Amino acid sequence: MSSTPSTPTTPSTSSTRKGVRGSTLSFWIFTGPFLVGLVVFVYIPIGWSAWLSFFEARYTVTPDKFIGFDNYKLMLTNGDFTGSLVTFTVFAAIIVPVTWALSLGLALMVHRLRFMKAFFRSVFFLPTACSFVAASLIWKMSVFSGVRFGMMNTVLGWFGVENIAWLADPNPPWYWLVIVTVRLWLQAGFYMILFLAALQNIPPVLYEAAAIDGARPGWQTFRHITLPQLRATSTAVILLLLVAAYQAFDEFFNLLAKTTWGRPPLVELYYTALGDDQDYGAGSAGAVILTLLICMVTLLQGRFLGFGKGEDAR
Amino acid sequence: MSALSSSNWDRRSVLRAAAGLAALGPLAACGGNTGREGGGSSGKSLVQYFHAYGEAGTQEAIKRYAKAYDEARVTTQWITGNNFESKLFSSLLTDNAPDVFEFHPQLQLIKSGQVAPLDDILGPVKDDFNPADIKSHTVDGKVYGVRMIDDPQFFFYRKSLLEKAGIGVPQTLDELAEAADKLTTDKVKGLFLGNNMVSTNYALVWAAGADQLNDRNEIAYHTDDVAAALKTYRRMFTSGHLLLDAPADYWDPSALVQGLTAIQWCGMWAMPVMQKALGDDLGIFPFPSAASGAKPAVYNGGWSMFVNAKGKNVDLAKEYVKWLWIDQKKYQEDWALSYGFHIPPRKSLAASATKLKSGLPAEGVKLFTDYGRFDNISWTQAMITALEEVIANSVRKGMDPEKALDAADVKVNRELKKLFG
Repeated sequence: MSSTPSTPTTPSTSSTRKGVRGSTLSFWIFTGPFLVGLVVFVYIPIGWSAWLSFFEARYTVTPDKFIGFDNYKLMLTNGDFTGSLVTFTVFAAIIVPVTWALSLGLALMVHRLRFMKAFFRSVFFLPTACSFVAASLIWKMSVFSGVRFGMMNTVLGWFGVENIAWLADPNPPWYWLVIVTVRLWLQAGFYMILFLAALQNIPPVLYEAAAIDGARPGWQTFRHITLPQLRATSTAVILLLLVAAYQAFDEFFNLLAKTTWGRPPLVELYYTALGDDQDYGAGSAGAVILTLLICMVTLLQGRFLGFGKGEDAR
Repeated sequence: MSALSSSNWDRRSVLRAAAGLAALGPLAACGGNTGREGGGSSGKSLVQYFHAYGEAGTQEAIKRYAKAYDEARVTTQWITGNNFESKLFSSLLTDNAPDVFEFHPQLQLIKSGQVAPLDDILGPVKDDFNPADIKSHTVDGKVYGVRMIDDPQFFFYRKSLLEKAGIGVPQTLDELAEAADKLTTDKVKGLFLGNNMVSTNYALVWAAGADQLNDRNEIAYHTDDVAAALKTYRRMFTSGHLLLDAPADYWDPSALVQGLTAIQWCGMWAMPVMQKALGDDLGIFPFPSAASGAKPAVYNGGWSMFVNAKGKNVDLAKEYVKWLWIDQKKYQEDWALSYGFHIPPRKSLAASATKLKSGLPAEGVKLFTDYGRFDNISWTQAMITALEEVIANSVRKGMDPEKALDAADVKVNRELKKLFG
């Protein structure tokens, strides 16, 4: 790199220039396809969607009738869309803490096993490989079937409880039990693995030191050593769970049909834009509102929780 | 040294070029293998969409007919699942849209120019069709679809169970509720109206003396009698006498055949399976009157072939529809009678359909003619959904029927305004 200034064209500068050109080319070769994909499949649809939201776009994605904010007005006033935000909040409020607690519990149990650890780890992780659609169908048609030989109704029948229509009847809202259990079964194992890895990373010296200081094993150690040591993993798990809950679609779509309840935003927008109505304008307006909400939530959590900021900024 | 570096550079450039090619490969591949063009010797191809019929052998039959067509290679998409409309509607917007598809007559498809008028191919045989099937597909004097099959829907019941309970065939909606009560035991539920309770929507409205829309295309379903009928439905829903959350829905004969219910709403298509399983222990009756003076009701559903007017080869698609659903009477007969029972919309075929001339099938045809009502082309998918939401809200959720109907009015009026101004 130390080229003498007296020589105007040194081989080193020319090779650097060639190297820069070469690496620029490599950069485009390697990122180009992804950038093209990003633009074609992400940015253009987002822009298109924003454009559609100001048009009367039914049964077409190339509309010509400009209607201003009518679609936004419709989405915010007809109750279905705002109701779906409530549904999502309820769903997230149940599924996030329950999955967090269950996967942590499973991890703690598997972690303490002396033998067959690998076996149980695999057994609990296995449901992750199952698709939501397949699991939903099993839940709907055999576990929570409304007929007398459905699994849950059979079990309840032993105790003399009447058959329950788990999904058809929204009073009481048993459908939440079906939806939450199917997701729990499917995802708890995955988060268990994350917790397991974190548990294995806690230095044993901490427990030894705690024992010397007089901490009783069990709750006290768990509360003051294990939980604080798992804080980073817990935060990550909770955020992943929130994102997953937000993306929930399959089980709602497959378990609940012809309802006016139990529709999180993505399902509601699917029915508006791609379902029977084919109202791409209203659907896009909903998507834009949703995007704005997500931006707001992200900014707020950045301010209060600071997740995603650099270490220095904290 | 220099030789080494230059060979080094060569190797890199070769690798770079290879990487570039590899990156471009998938993009190039996007162009091919869409299953549309090429392959066939004539090079012409068509795509047709069908919803998944439940009867055994139907998919093979449709593919067999398609294969017999010489002018083009016809690919069949057999759409499973309960969202045929959604899949059809969204695919119609894309390049992979079907050229021909089966559906029900709905005005928005015509207003948006999605389906082509078929007068040129239907013209010569128009008189051979059931007039109601022509009328339900006609807008401003043009006919937009070729009816393939008519499917009346009514109640099927186990005669022995009704006898045992000492009741006759229900003549009113209240009697139906009463029958459901008396027929319910700890093993068998009295009545199955479908898991979502929406399949009887039209029949319920008609049997209450109302209609979806009137002649001026205004709301006609919002009457006191309909609201009262919805209240009866709510009572039945909460009574524990209805079969709910069954593994198979109303269109499948399983619930009745497996002894889960004594009475089931279903379609004529399921009759052969039911007869085979239950023999003579099977009867049918229309949706009973739900208001004083109102006639019982039967919903004459069915499926029709439509040509995608925005398709790539509209003329060929029309030719294909003409060939299969107008010229090939043998196939039409096979389709209507060999799998499930459907009533052929062609008078000439219906006249020669011996399977429908006696016994229970003949009774079904009689219900079809006496009480059957057809689709209203102005009643579109958004309105269908709005009425389904009325059931969800007032019957399943327990909302006041008046309020639920009011909510539907808003949606239906919005749709009507878009269609008729």
